[in-house]
Amino acid sequence: MSEIMDKLTLYFSYPFVRYALIVGTLIALCSSLLGVTLVLKRFSFIGDGLSHVAFGAMAIATIMSLSNNMILILPVTVLSAVLLLRTGQNTKIKGDAAVAMISVGALAVGYLLLNVFSKSANISGDVCSTLFGSTSILTLSKLDLWLCIGMSVIVMAMFIIFYNKIFAVTFDEGFAQATGTKASVYNLLIAVITAMIIVLAMNLVGSLLISALIIFPALSAMRLLKSFKAVIVCSAVISVISALIGILISILASTPVGSTIVAVDIAVFCVFSGLGMISGRTGK
Amino acid sequence: MNYQMKCENLTLGYDGRTIVSDLNFTVSAGDYLCIIGENGSGKSTLIKTMLKLRTPQSGSITLSDGLNANEIGYLPQQTVVQRDFPASVSEIVLSGCLNRCGMRPFYNKQEKQLVARNMEKLGITDLSKRCYRELSGGQQQRVLLARALCATRKMLLLDEPVAGLDPKVTVEMYELISMLNKKDAITVIMVSHDLGAAMKYASHVLHVADKPLFFGKKNDYINSSVGRAFTSMSGGFDL
Repeated sequence: MSEIMDKLTLYFSYPFVRYALIVGTLIALCSSLLGVTLVLKRFSFIGDGLSHVAFGAMAIATIMSLSNNMILILPVTVLSAVLLLRTGQNTKIKGDAAVAMISVGALAVGYLLLNVFSKSANISGDVCSTLFGSTSILTLSKLDLWLCIGMSVIVMAMFIIFYNKIFAVTFDEGFAQATGTKASVYNLLIAVITAMIIVLAMNLVGSLLISALIIFPALSAMRLLKSFKAVIVCSAVISVISALIGILISILASTPVGSTIVAVDIAVFCVFSGLGMISGRTGK
Repeated sequence: MNYQMKCENLTLGYDGRTIVSDLNFTVSAGDYLCIIGENGSGKSTLIKTMLKLRTPQSGSITLSDGLNANEIGYLPQQTVVQRDFPASVSEIVLSGCLNRCGMRPFYNKQEKQLVARNMEKLGITDLSKRCYRELSGGQQQRVLLARALCATRKMLLLDEPVAGLDPKVTVEMYELISMLNKKDAITVIMVSHDLGAAMKYASHVLHVADKPLFFGKKNDYINSSVGRAFTSMSGGFDL
């Protein structure tokens, strides 16, 4: 035990480990907030599609060797979120197809461009780390840290300010709109916040695993809890704790950060599903 | 005459196809209007147009008597999403107060008191902490009715309020709506398949099918040729 503590103390003396913990916690918190809404509105696929778009944008940013990738990735992803939502609203089947088209397309083009134009010697390593986020969280600069903190604060503030409206639009869009809430505006807001979260979370778990970070805590909390507020608070707590445990395990056992966090999320989901089944039986 | 809602030469439809044309009617304070007609006759489209969720192909709906479109209490048909929605009853009823908030992000004390009063009125106070998805169909409809009440002071618009409810609960629901209409003087506009209920509770009837076949007082409808044909087709009713 003391050996583990020693090892952890040693690691925490490095600033990049502390950055990783702070950023990981913030990202986990933000991504869980909207998860409930995305799952309930059947928008999970938009999150997945956007993460692939973010990968494509990342590839282009790498080729153009921009000093900060975010400058390109954020606007591209937000724009795609708006576009996807527009097509999704008009007709359902077309919307599904559009998401599949854009997401797989972005993935393919991104990888192609990286292969053709990249000057790096280790292309598959680069691709792997953007897809699964293996090391990027440990190489954060101070600027990345502040950018991440800033974006998290914006996401959380927007969520809290618009909480009641987001609830109304999630539960019943027709009613919300009939009583004067501009549902389309809030759908747009939800999509934009989702895009921001995805760009943020790319650092932590990589673009392929982001949906897991958004969806699993929400699904876990929904197994057990009975009010919207409780579900959201609980999924935030689950998400933060899983992220912390995941990061610590990955430091101690030298496993990839992203997939370790997601594995912890899956374990929590299984536990909550089990508890939900037990309490459901005794409840009835 | 003093009216709350007036529809003039209204034509409804979508994708360039017309479903109903030449709708002309008025709704006054305290009326109980029942809109009947077969599936696809444009009843739900009419409801959505009254709520300004769609625009009519032509014609107009005017509101007066201090009524705004966002102050109509709407009871929509249930969606698939709602059936397994993790929210407590009080959260859902509270969301009916959203139109009172405007730019204010949170609910204030008066709104919470209004929620408590309306839940009391509909007999769901003891459900307030329960999860919506665990309630019976009748209880869920009461919750949504309480939410609609929070959104309005004057008018309720109900889209098939008893769809999927068993006969006993259906009667309770109708009695509840009738009580709101009589005691609280709330105008009720209800879309229904249920001719028997329309005949029992409504004060006015609007029968739509391609064209408005009839609009007027209930008793006149029963004696009209349209009404006679329609009511005998559905096997009569009790008054």
